[in-house]
This record gives sequence, C-alpha cells and structure tokens, in this order.
Amino acid sequence: MKKHVISALVSNEVGVLSHVSGLFAARGYNIDSMNVGETEDPGISRMTIVLRGDDQIIEQVVKHLRKLINVMQVKDLSAAPFVERDLMLIKVATPPGRRGEVIDLVEIFRGKVVDISTRDMVIELSGPEAKIEAFISVCRPYGIKDVVRSGPIAAPRGANDE
Amino acid sequence: MKTGAQLLIDSLQAIGIEVLFGIPGGVVIPIFDVLYDADMKSVLMRHEQAAAHAADGYARASGKLGCCLATSGPGATNLVTGIATANFDSVPILAITGQVRRDLIGNDAFQEADITGITRGITKHNYLVRNAEDIPRTIREAAYVATTGRQGPVLVDIPVDVSTSEVEDVVPGEVRIPGYQPTVEGNLPQIERAAEAINAAERPVLYVGGGAIASNAAAEVKTFAEAAHLPVTTTLMGLGAFPEDHPQSLRMLGMHGTPVANYAVMNSDLLIALGARFDDRITGKITEFAEHAKIIHIDIDPASIGKSIAVDLPVVGDAKRVLTGLTPLVDYRERKEWFDQIAHWAESHKLSYQKNDKVKPQYVIEQLREVTDGDAIICTEVGQNQMWAAQWYGFKRPRQFISSGGLGTMGYGFPAAIGAQLACPDATVVDIAGDGSIQMNIQELATVGRDNIPVKIAIMNNGYLGMVRQWQEHFYNRRYSHSSLNGNPDFARLAEAYGVTGMTVDQPDQVRDALEKAMETDGPVVLDFHVDPEENVFPIVPPGERIDRMIDLA
Ligand SMILES: Cc1ncc(C[n+]2csc(CCOP(=O)(O)OP(=O)(O)O)c2C)c(N)n1
Ligand SMILES: [Mg+2]
Repeated sequence: MKKHVISALVSNEVGVLSHVSGLFAARGYNIDSMNVGETEDPGISRMTIVLRGDDQIIEQVVKHLRKLINVMQVKDLSAAPFVERDLMLIKVATPPGRRGEVIDLVEIFRGKVVDISTRDMVIELSGPEAKIEAFISVCRPYGIKDVVRSGPIAAPRGANDE
Repeated sequence: MKTGAQLLIDSLQAIGIEVLFGIPGGVVIPIFDVLYDADMKSVLMRHEQAAAHAADGYARASGKLGCCLATSGPGATNLVTGIATANFDSVPILAITGQVRRDLIGNDAFQEADITGITRGITKHNYLVRNAEDIPRTIREAAYVATTGRQGPVLVDIPVDVSTSEVEDVVPGEVRIPGYQPTVEGNLPQIERAAEAINAAERPVLYVGGGAIASNAAAEVKTFAEAAHLPVTTTLMGLGAFPEDHPQSLRMLGMHGTPVANYAVMNSDLLIALGARFDDRITGKITEFAEHAKIIHIDIDPASIGKSIAVDLPVVGDAKRVLTGLTPLVDYRERKEWFDQIAHWAESHKLSYQKNDKVKPQYVIEQLREVTDGDAIICTEVGQNQMWAAQWYGFKRPRQFISSGGLGTMGYGFPAAIGAQLACPDATVVDIAGDGSIQMNIQELATVGRDNIPVKIAIMNNGYLGMVRQWQEHFYNRRYSHSSLNGNPDFARLAEAYGVTGMTVDQPDQVRDALEKAMETDGPVVLDFHVDPEENVFPIVPPGERIDRMIDLA
C-alpha cells in the first residue's frame, strides 16, 4: 500500500489532538506517525500524518479531517513532489576497539554524535525515512540499544505551495 | 455584571431558543436558578435521554435548533444515546451540560465525567468553556456549527464555577471559524454535466434522503422531478420530501421498501442520489446495487460521497441550491416505456397484508391516516412498528415523519413526539410505538401528564420484540431467544396511574372508534392495540441480499 504524507493546519487549542486521533481510531485508519508543532502563528499548529492506504481510503481520510471544525487545511503532500525529514536519536553499542568504525559511519551519513560513554554513544541523524532506515541497518552489527524517532515532517517542494 | 449562567440564558435567547428540555442537578442549579424567572419555556423531563430526544424531535418538526440541558456525570452520560441519535440523522441540537469546578476537572470529582471526550465521536463538535466571558461567543458558534452544512449536535460543557462567576456583559462578534466553511453552492460545470446525464437517461430514478428535508428542499424536489419527469423514491429519512400520493412516487426503497422502488432502482440506467448516503439498509448487497446505473450524488457532506459506492458525478452542495441550479437545465422527457414498466411493477406488487379476526397493525395505521386526514406528525419507535408506520401512513409533506433512522434507537419516538408537539402546538402528534420500545422511555408519561402535552401514543402491542422475532423466524430457524415480552404491564392502566387517558383495543371493529375518541381527547392518550402477535413486515430483503430479492407475502 502506498505511503501518504498528510499535512494539516489545525487550531492550537485543547482537544484538537484528541479530535484528530479519535477520528483515526473511530474509522479504523492505522497511522504510521503523527507529528505536531507550532507554526509561525502561535494560534495554529501543523500536523504531519503518515499513513498507508489505497487512494479511496486516503481520500476519505482527507475528507473527514476537513470536516473537523478545528482543522483548517488538509493536503495530501504525496500527490506532488515534497521533502520529508525524520529525526532520530539512536544509541549504538561501541564494542572495545570499534568506536572509530561507528564514528566513520556517522560521518558518512552526516550524523552527529551527541553523547558518548565507554560502552555506547548517542547519535543524532535526520533525513528521509530511507536514509534513517539504512543507518539503522548498518549500526545493527554493533548492537542497537535504543531508537527514538520523531516520525516524518514534510513540506511541499518549490512552487506548488498553494 | 452578569453571572455565567445569566450569560448562557441570554445567549440561548439571542440565538432564538424558545424551549429547553432538561433535568437539574448539582452543577446546573445556577443555570436552573436563572430559568426560574427567565422568559424561556422549559420542560422538566424524567430522563436526560428523553430530554435529548425531545430536543431532537423539536428540531426535526420545526427545522429549528433544539436544546437540552443536563447536569454533569450521570446527567451528561444519560444524554449520550440522544446525542448519538441526532448525530446519525444529522439533526441540529445544542446539548448543554454542567461540569465540575475547573480546578477539580480530571480529579475524579463527584459526578465528574469527561463528556467532551465521551461525545467526541457522536457530536459535530463540542466545547468545554473555560471562562464565563467565552459563553456568548461559544453558544453563538455552537449554534452556527449545528445548523449549517451537514447539521448535527453540538455539546457545550460548562463548569459550575464558570456559571457562577460574575463578569462584564459581553456581546459576541460575528462567527468566524477558519476551519469550517461548508460548501453550499454546487459547482456549475458539475451541475451542467448532471443535467446532461439526466436528459440522456432512459431509465432514471431520483433517490431522495433526509438531506432534502434538512435543506428544506421539498418544493424544489417536486419542481425538479416534474420538470425532468423522474420517478422518485425516498429513504426512511426522506419520507415526506416528495408526496407519496404523487403519480411519480415509488415510495420508500430498501430493506422494507416497496417492490416497485427496489425494482426501479435496480433496473435504472441513472440514479440521482439527493441528500442520501447509500446506507446498507438501502443498498442491500452493495456490489450489485444499481449495477447498470450511472450515479449522480448530490450531498452537502463531501465525506458522504464515494464512501460506500463509486460515484460517477459528485456534486457537493446544499440540496435546495443545487436543485435550483439544476432544474432549468433539464428537459421533460416522456420515457413512456420506463413509466409503463414501473406502472406494471407497482400494479403487480402492491403492499398488502392478510386480514383475519385479529387487530392488524397495518389496519390500525390505515385507520389512523383516515382519522387524521393523513395530516398528523407521526413519530415512531424502532422495529416493526416503525416500518409499518413508514409503509402504511402515506406522507405528504416534509417533517411529518420523525424516526430514528441511522442509529435505530428504541425509546426515541415518545420523547421526540413531546418535542414535536412543543414545536407544533396545533398539530396532531402521534407516536406509533412498539410494546418493547415504549418501555425504554415510558417515564415521560409523567411529563405529558403534568404539562398536559397532548401527544397520542399508539402501541402496536404484539407482546414481542417483534422485529427481532421476525428475524428469528426468517433467519434463525424460529428459535425465539429472548424476544418474547412476557411481563408487559397493562399499558392503559399504567397510563391512568400517571394521570393520562388509557384505552385498550383488542377487536378490529373497535379500532376506528378508539382512534376517533383519542383524537378528540384534549390531552395525552395511550392507545394499547393488542395486535396479531406474529404479524410480519413485508416485503423484507434478507440482510446482505440484492434489494430486488425480497421475501414477500405471497
Ligand atoms: C435501544 C435499542 N436496543 C435494542 C435494539 C434492537 N431492536 C431493534 S427492533 C427491536 C424490537 C423492538 O420491539 P418493539 O418496540 O416491541 O417493536 P416491534 O418490532 O414489536 O414493533 C429491538 C430489540 C434497538 N434498536 N434499540
Ligand atoms: Mg413489540
């Protein structure tokens, strides 16, 4: 099933999150991730929702989101070119003598080491989902202790803003 | 300075609320205190569920916003079924609930319930008011949301200390909700395409739902159907949107629809859905529903379109406005072959029932039609009584048939009749009830008795949860598990105990007389008709079957 990234502007008030997540629960839509943050207008938040489904389901999701009174704008970004970023903090084990290898990988992926101890390190990495997944798999041989991901945020590319 | 409670009642008056249905309790005493000498009619109900249904019946009968009021906790949760009923049938009601003090919210305080959370999925929108100054704006916004677009219930939850706090009087400005802009006007190119399709159709059917009534479009439906010369069928919710005695009327379609309506839809080459949502009780086996037809779907709610069936030509907009644009573009076409075919189906498959020495519910409803000149407002409960009412009364005008369609709520009809009677004081209002359903809100006999609200309750007393029994008969090998209502009270005597006139009828030749007496009685009446216990509703489409495969009497 195709991955869709839906971007919504919602009013920044108590209860809006429960309205949106309640809609997904009630209609049985399964979401991969949901991300909320303020926009330049503190009264308005941006939600980025990633979910999978055929076109008919996604169309229903978009229509139902638009119906919510505190949701102002809904776009399926996947309908046109868009940029997507996921942020990850990953704690990787560094077996004796192999810390350098891990640091090399961090550099190749343009990540950042943000914490380090004798046995492991915490690495910050952002990028499209595929890059994040790739980094996780190259770290696996060393031992992954923890993964924290934001889930994607996304914006349309170039001139198709409206 | 004014208290929040005063601001609330002022705001309700400002938006035109004339009647409140409710029950007091701890956190709404300040609101009822204002009502004590306010110029606002309020009806003390005996259960909050009934208060919500009464507000809903008021709204359906009048087209205006209905309003109910309950206390926090159990009062609020008792409203839930009523709110869900209104939501499913897109009825505009405003439910006001009291809430515990602001500083106690979330603390499991006495009689606390997270009612905005509980009703999130069954309201069009809801609010928790945090400051008294916000009351006027919230009420105005709530009324606007409830009565525009696809209408529906809105709940406003008010903590008791918000009701009691004193603030400067505030006058709300214009309603501005950036996230809410319903599409009212249909898209013109789409309307033109629809007209082309209609003009080209050989076997069109117009399928009208409750949306046409909500949009007050009955006159436009008639003009349009006559202009384009279309046969018209309505859903249960659409009954009365097109006069059933009109020569182009096929009457109701679906599970208990007329054979002619179901055959016509299944054989159509163009189906024009107007304010209807292709419910499974209408479509039966959806993959084979109207499979040769092109489908035009006119609806105010974009989310209804394409939900259960693929649509060839969607038009998002208000039914009345879209029809006003569409009618001048359609041509009158005789379609003789199609109308001949329809006349043949109608003639060879009439609705019927077999008479015997018992009181037949269909006969009671036919007699009721005659005694009331077909003019009464008919409310119903749920079950066989509801389907007999839909099949046998014959509806002439919108807002004449009031029934819980989507949720199918037993116990709806009687309190809804109370609301309808308050909305239309001069109308004859009858609740066609079942012996099971009536017991789900029978306490309201106290309300009609005390306030002398002259609704007539006609119980089709078959001693069964009849619709369940009928399904068990057809589809469960006559295993009548838990569907017999042994232990029913004597309804006439029960009515009398509440100070309401009660009559029992067990002979066919008493039916007419009893109905006439009841209609002449200047107050509420309970008519207990002991009907043939195993009478069934025919035709019936087995669940999940094609709607042209009906089980009929013969
Ligand atoms: C609140 C509620 N509970 C259960 C049902 C399921 N149900 C549908 S029809 C029916 C029987 C109704 O019995 P009665 O009111 O006597 O009507 P009849 O079918 O006999 O006319 C039942 C139990 C329902 N619709 N609503
Ligand atoms: Mg019964």
